[in-house]
Amino acid sequence: MIISVASGKGGTGKTTVATNMALSMEGGCTLLDCDVEEPNVHLFLHPVIERRETVTTFIPAVDDSRCTWCRKCADICRFRAIAVVGQKVLVFPELCHSCGGCQVICPEQAIGEGLRELGVVEWGEGAGVPVVQGRIRVGEAMAPPLIRKVRAAAKSDGTVIIDAPPGTSCPVIAAMRGVDFVLLVTEPTPFGLHDLELAVGAVRLLDIPCGLVINRADMGDDRVRQYARREQLPVLLEIPFDRRIAETYSRGRMIVEELPEWKEKFRDLFRRIEERVEAAPKGRTEQ
Amino acid sequence: MKIAVTSMGRDLASAVDPRFGRAAYILIVDTDTKDCKVIDNTVNVSAFKGAGIQAATMIAEEGAEVLLTGYCGPNAFRILEAAGIKVGSDISGTVADVVVAFVEGKINYIETANAEGHW
Repeated sequence: MIISVASGKGGTGKTTVATNMALSMEGGCTLLDCDVEEPNVHLFLHPVIERRETVTTFIPAVDDSRCTWCRKCADICRFRAIAVVGQKVLVFPELCHSCGGCQVICPEQAIGEGLRELGVVEWGEGAGVPVVQGRIRVGEAMAPPLIRKVRAAAKSDGTVIIDAPPGTSCPVIAAMRGVDFVLLVTEPTPFGLHDLELAVGAVRLLDIPCGLVINRADMGDDRVRQYARREQLPVLLEIPFDRRIAETYSRGRMIVEELPEWKEKFRDLFRRIEERVEAAPKGRTEQ
Repeated sequence: MKIAVTSMGRDLASAVDPRFGRAAYILIVDTDTKDCKVIDNTVNVSAFKGAGIQAATMIAEEGAEVLLTGYCGPNAFRILEAAGIKVGSDISGTVADVVVAFVEGKINYIETANAEGHW
């Protein structure tokens, strides 16, 4: 079973929920940090990295001796990553989205395989939890292919928890598509609700069952709960705005270790997710 | 000789648009005949990315040998350099003034881009 912990709004507690749930699991699990633009699971679980792999993506490499400057490659590229001026072809690697259209359309087979580094995938273990994390290369804009590599690194059997990036754009979709359940962490504030609605919209487009965790649940107002009732979204856990929890987090410690009564609450959260996944109709969108 | 000038409007009395890739219009002026061709750059104004690349390719295809504008980013500059188009920067005033300044040789040309990408 794969659970993606997402949020819409940033800073609601995705990593807190993902790491504490992972650490409480009786049967064990693998934790994937798919927030490759700023991975932070390592700040809490301190995994010792055992293996590291560089991830690259295709960019066009033009063979000037074969090129006839027909411009078909430049015309097909919607990202303007390749331009033809006079008898010169210029490639702009940072704009390329690796679709390979230029290579397919070139009538002279003048476009070969170049590479651009996207980042690294790292394997390790922290606090007894197997962790796989992606780290994007500084300056790189294209996160989804790296996120897919992190996801492919997880073993297919067993439970996998994904710490997803915030927002609702392509990286988030890459971290949610094809999972069994999306756990949306929100907070009872106007921003929390606004971005939650966007996130729920994305999850529904992907046709994945989802539920909510309301963090800092005793502040703000009641509109997130009203929205949840209206949309029939189950609230699976509420975490209060508790100074002890905030202190534990800010020291980089685990709530389930410092405040052991929370271990059972996170186990219960997982059991409630499990029940919902078992009850959900099968045959959803594949990855 | 054909020169390209970024412009806020469609005629020579318009003010120069300091942006290159996302300029409202680009006027291709023939300095000998004073003929002026208007390129509507609307598509590039709202382009997601690659506005400078597209605009630079366009003026190269129009046969311009010089570009007069305010600021030119690194990607556009690479294309202009490859096409052998000289770039005059920090241009202001009306397009007509700029054409006169060009004919009188009062333009400063740049050797590298003078703005960052996504400026």
